[in-house]
Amino acid sequence: MTFHLNAILAARNFDVSLRLGPAETIAVLGPNGAGKSTLLAIISGLLRPDTGKATIGEKVLFDLTADKNLWSAPHIRGTALLAQEALLFPHLSALDNVAFGPRSAGASRTEARETAAHWLAEVDAGSLASRRPGQLSGGQAQRVAVARALAADPDLLLLDEPMAALDIHAAPLLRRLLKRVLANRRAIIITHDILDALMLADRVIVLEDGRITEEGPTREVLEKPRSRFAAGLAGLNLMTGSVTEQGLVTAQGQIVAGHHDDTTVPGQDGVAVFPPSAVSVFLTEEHGSPRNSFPVAITDLEPHGDQIRVRAGGLSADITPAASADLGLIPGMTVHFVIKATAIAIHPA
Amino acid sequence: MNHRSGSGYTGIPPWIYAIAAAGGLFVLLPLVAMVAKVNWPQFVPLVTSESSLTALGLSLRTSAASTVSCVVLGVPLALVLARSPFPGQRLLRAFVLLPLVLPPVVGGIALLYTFGRQGLLGKNLELAGIQIAFSTTAVVLAQTFVALPFLVVSLEGALRTAGNKYEAVAATLGARPSTVLRRVTIPLVLPGLASGAVLSFARSLGEFGATLTFAGSLQGVTRTLPLEIYLQRETDADAAVALSLVLVAVAVAVVGLSYRHPHTGAAPERALQ
Repeated sequence: MTFHLNAILAARNFDVSLRLGPAETIAVLGPNGAGKSTLLAIISGLLRPDTGKATIGEKVLFDLTADKNLWSAPHIRGTALLAQEALLFPHLSALDNVAFGPRSAGASRTEARETAAHWLAEVDAGSLASRRPGQLSGGQAQRVAVARALAADPDLLLLDEPMAALDIHAAPLLRRLLKRVLANRRAIIITHDILDALMLADRVIVLEDGRITEEGPTREVLEKPRSRFAAGLAGLNLMTGSVTEQGLVTAQGQIVAGHHDDTTVPGQDGVAVFPPSAVSVFLTEEHGSPRNSFPVAITDLEPHGDQIRVRAGGLSADITPAASADLGLIPGMTVHFVIKATAIAIHPA
Repeated sequence: MNHRSGSGYTGIPPWIYAIAAAGGLFVLLPLVAMVAKVNWPQFVPLVTSESSLTALGLSLRTSAASTVSCVVLGVPLALVLARSPFPGQRLLRAFVLLPLVLPPVVGGIALLYTFGRQGLLGKNLELAGIQIAFSTTAVVLAQTFVALPFLVVSLEGALRTAGNKYEAVAATLGARPSTVLRRVTIPLVLPGLASGAVLSFARSLGEFGATLTFAGSLQGVTRTLPLEIYLQRETDADAAVALSLVLVAVAVAVVGLSYRHPHTGAAPERALQ
C-alpha cells in the first residue's frame, strides 16, 4: 500500500512527484507560495491538476495521464485534511464532530459515537465531549480536530500547518500528541517549524516554486542542506543526543546544559536547539557554571548580514566583524564556543 | 451627547444622529397617524367581521404556502449562485432578483401570460384540465414570484459568509455531497435561511399588485387581506384602518421574531483562555 503522486498544474507552476510508504510521515517545508497547500488540495481532491496520477495501493485517486480522465470525489479518497484552523462544525458537539467521519461512512449513531469517544480519549479530550466548538480554546479545538480526522480512518492524513495558529503553550502539547498518533500512520505534514520536521517526520521534502528541490531523511537534509531554503532552516544549531536532568549528552560525550521544554524525559533521545546569535567565541575555555563551552576547530568564516558567521564543528556562531578581527579568527584555529544554558532549548527528537 | 461608560468610539459625527432621527420618524410617523385614526370602540367588531376573518385566514394560508415554495425553490437557487461558478451566473442572478425592482403589476401580467388560459404554459395546463389563473393557487404563485428574491438574497449572503471551508473538510472526512448539504451546509446557514423565510413570508403577506392582476379579488378564494383593505377603503374607512393595523401587527411580530438575535451568524466564536 504505497502512495504515489505525480501532478502538474501549470497555472500555479506546480510539478511534483512523490511516493510514501505505508507508515511513513513526511514533512513538507518551503517558503510561502511554494505550492505546499496546492499539494494537499490536489491530493485531497479539492483542486484538479492539468495532468498526473495519484494512487494509494490499488486505489486510484485520479488518473489524468494521456487520454484517461479519472477523478475521484474527495469523499471517497480516504485523505482526511487537518488545517491550521480546527474548522470544527460549530453546530455539533465535540463528540458529534468526531463522530462525523464514521457516520458518513455508514456507521449507526451509537457505533459512531463509540468510535468518537475512543478517539477523543486518545487525544486527551474525553472531558470535552459535550462541549460546543465555541466553548473550546484553540488548542482544545485542534485536538478535537485531530481526533475527528483520525476517526475517519484515513489512508493518508494531510496536515496543513496544524500548529501555526496555536499559542506557544498549546503548540508543544499538540506536537507531542501528533508524535504519538502519527506513529505507524501515513501522513503528510506541512510546516514552517524545523522542530515539527525533526519530531514528527521520517523524511523531509523542500518545496520551492512548485518543485521539490530537496528530499531525504530529516536529519540529513538539515545537516547537509543543499537548497537555499533548507540552509536557512538549518541556520539553527542542532545537537542530538540523549536527554539528561541538566540537558543533553551527545554521542561523543559532550555535555550540553539547557532548558527542557515541558515534555522531555531524561533518557529519551533529544535535540538541543540554539541560534548562532546566542553563541560567543573565546580563545580560551571560559569557567562559569551556567555556560556551555565547546572546543571546536573553525572550518569557515563568512559574512552573514552585518555579522560574521563562524562555522566550526558543525555549529555556527554569529559575531561582529570587530570581535572577529580582535580574536584574529582564521579557519583551522581551535576556539571555544560558549553558550548560556538559558539560550539552549532541549526538545525530544 | 451622553456617553455610557464601557461604550467604545463610534466615529459617527453628531449631525448624522439628527438625520437618522428624521429617517426613523419618517417611518414611524405614518404608523402613529394610522393608529390615531383607529376607531377603537368598533375595532373588535371590524376586524372580526366575516369578510375580514376570511381575508386574514386566506392571507396567512397563502403566505405560508408561498414561503414553503420559496424555500423549496430558493435554497437550490442560492446554492447554485453562491457556490459553483458557471457561465451566465451573473445573468441568472439578475433575473432572479428582477422581481425586487419590478412593479408587482408587471409581475402579475407576466404570470398571466404564462399561466393564464391563453398563456405559455396555461394553454397546455388547460388541456390537462388545470386552471390556475384567478384561483388560490394563483395567489400563491404571485406571492412566491415577488418573495423569492428575498430568500435567495439573504441565503446567498449567508452561504458566502460561511464560505466552503467546512464543506471541504466534511468531504475529506468521507461525507458525500448530499450528506454535506444536510449535515453541514444547511445547519451552518440556518439563521440566514430562517431570516430569508421570514422576509419572504412578510413580503407574501403584503403582496397586492401581482395578486390582483393574476388572481383577481374573489372573496374567500383570492381576496387576501391587502386586497380586502383596499376594497374596504372605498366604502368603510374605519374597517380599512383597523385591518391595516392588524397587518402591521402581524408584520412587526414576524420581523421582530427574525431579528431578535442579530448575531446568530455562522461564524464560530472561539472561547479565549
